[in-house]
Amino acid sequence: MNSKYNLTHLEELEFESMYVMREVAAQFERPALLFSGGKDSIVMVHIAMKAFYPGPFPFPLLHIDTGHNFDETIVYRDNLVKKLGATLIVGSVQQSIDQRRVVEEKGATASRNILQTTTLLDTIEQYKFDAAIGGGRRDEEKARAKERFFSHRDEFGQWDPKNQRPELWNIFNGRKNIGEHFRIFPISNWTEMDVWQYILKENIELPELYFTHQREVFNRDGVWLAKYPFMTLKEGEFYETKTVRCRTIGDVSCTGLTLSTANSLEEIIQEIAATRITERGGRADDKRSEAAMEDRKKEGYF
Amino acid sequence: MSKFSSKGYLDMELLRFTTAGSVDDGKSTLIGRLLYDSKSIFEDQLEAVKRASLRRGTEHLDLALVTDGLRAEREQGITIDVAYRYFATPKRKFIIADTPGHIQYTRNMVTGASTADAAIILIDGRNGVTEQTCRHSYIASLLQIPHVIICVNKMDLVDFAEQRFLKIKEDFTAFSRQLHIPNLTYVPISALHGDNVVEPSVNMPWYEGGTLLQVLETIPVGNDHNMEDGRFPVQYVIRPLSDQFHDYRGYAGRVAGGVFKPGDEVVALPSMFKSKIKTIESYKAQLEKAWAPMSVTFTLDDDIDVSRGDMLVKPDNMPKVTQDLKVMLCWMNEKPLQINGKYAIKHTTRDVRCIIKSVEYKVNVNTLERIKEDGEVGLNDIACITMRTTSPLFIDDYGQNRRTGSMIIIDEATNNTVGVGMVTLNGDF
Repeated sequence: MNSKYNLTHLEELEFESMYVMREVAAQFERPALLFSGGKDSIVMVHIAMKAFYPGPFPFPLLHIDTGHNFDETIVYRDNLVKKLGATLIVGSVQQSIDQRRVVEEKGATASRNILQTTTLLDTIEQYKFDAAIGGGRRDEEKARAKERFFSHRDEFGQWDPKNQRPELWNIFNGRKNIGEHFRIFPISNWTEMDVWQYILKENIELPELYFTHQREVFNRDGVWLAKYPFMTLKEGEFYETKTVRCRTIGDVSCTGLTLSTANSLEEIIQEIAATRITERGGRADDKRSEAAMEDRKKEGYF
Repeated sequence: MSKFSSKGYLDMELLRFTTAGSVDDGKSTLIGRLLYDSKSIFEDQLEAVKRASLRRGTEHLDLALVTDGLRAEREQGITIDVAYRYFATPKRKFIIADTPGHIQYTRNMVTGASTADAAIILIDGRNGVTEQTCRHSYIASLLQIPHVIICVNKMDLVDFAEQRFLKIKEDFTAFSRQLHIPNLTYVPISALHGDNVVEPSVNMPWYEGGTLLQVLETIPVGNDHNMEDGRFPVQYVIRPLSDQFHDYRGYAGRVAGGVFKPGDEVVALPSMFKSKIKTIESYKAQLEKAWAPMSVTFTLDDDIDVSRGDMLVKPDNMPKVTQDLKVMLCWMNEKPLQINGKYAIKHTTRDVRCIIKSVEYKVNVNTLERIKEDGEVGLNDIACITMRTTSPLFIDDYGQNRRTGSMIIIDEATNNTVGVGMVTLNGDF
């Protein structure tokens, strides 16, 4: 008799994520949703909108801004905020550098990726956020595969992977002491493919960067990086114009572009289904060592 | 051609399964094999595995390394924590809760089992049914996983002999009568060589059943949720207070059991106020019905007082409302359970406190023996206990409903989750 009560995998994932969002609103006093302008955070905003309809979602968007953004990301972010009437809080890595909280890396491969951790933790402290909702997915990276939906952080913002709280059924324990906070990952169980299929199903608008376009790029260690004033060429590197799109969007300095002519969501999904390289394969930030993500996460990274 | 047709993926189902086993059983190799043969491992991941295999001096590609996680696990060559892994075929998306099998990680196995629709239990074809098999099956039964698949592994080391497979099947069938396993399937495999994992084995022509992947693709899903007893724990009250929705009060939550329709009469617990469901909403759409595990919003005909932690149920089918509970407990903390100790409880969306009254018995998970003399419940112990809560909980037997029959127990000093409980109303496990 139950066959008519089946749900598709996307429906199940969406219901799970909505449930997590509502738990956050119920269990925490000052949550914030980490918004990077990438597809995962865009999907989270969409789910949050559905979870609290017809009310607004009860938390601000928090953007940790490295200052090294694709222009399209900022345009998209500001339009979205305006459309939803949402509150946007920006934590600036440039400001952390100016205040000498962090020191900028030097050399051609310098990235502000790692500096974001300090800015993020400072912003969480400044606004007294007790929960930061992030778009991390367990399929992204091996250290993330062990992450909880409700991930406890101590007063230093640290993650202790060997001492995580057991998490069973759909009961989430958000209890904490003063000064501690939680990172919440509502789309933990989604894969890259799920995210794209959901974007297609829900007809969610994305930054143009995800679709094919002509761009001046250069090749570094097999990864195509975009030309921007703050990017410096190493010897032997040169700019050329290629037909590319972003498979993930992060900071310009660590976002590898994919050679692609995919111009619609359908084409992107076909491309991803056929591709044999993981999404983070183009992310310079993960290539620094075998445990690069685990180490950054322990310090308080996203 | 892509393995995902553009329409097909919108109809895919989801199956969550757990695997228990230790390194020796070939559990990691099996998962590696499933991912590899279903083409779910990407080139850069494979390159990393190749590099790691070489570094360790392994001759062949060590598929077990695919499941490596944290630094400590790589260094020690063991799985410590539950890791979640994902793969998909054109029919289904799968979530694997990959758990360590050693007794000291019972709590991790219980964690992985809590959300699983199916469990894979590995038996080494050379060793047959062992204490470890017993432990893994007991946990699957205790956590009420509806489908259990016994994979008799390393068939290559017992000459792919049918007799050996049948003997193990007979032994396990006899043993499993003590347990509650509704659906049991047996598959003879060799994870190392890939026999009957994704591809049918040419070495075991006598086996007529499906490969492991075929079994995983065809296990019925969707009927594992309770569809009889209407249960709607209220999670969050939506009050927009906007001009357009000035008087709107929506009760947001995830259906924990049964099917709800607009017009249904409901009772709010604990107040016992009655009303009718006016609408069931999912974003801008109004639904004709809602069932578990859908996240929806109810509006009611009457303005009754309902808030988070309350439960909407059907008047002719009520959960048990009680402060005195008997639960099967799995203890998850180094500091033992304190008899007469007070703890915080989370049950559905409800927060209460409790006092532990007694330990009825402990279970030896290797032999299923009940131990009544020893009242000390420590890390990884499973015990039947009684407790009293500060205010009533609205409960069902865990066997009837995994959502309204489960709870977590929290140490109020550390805020850590120290134990989990499964409510028992219909007798013992």
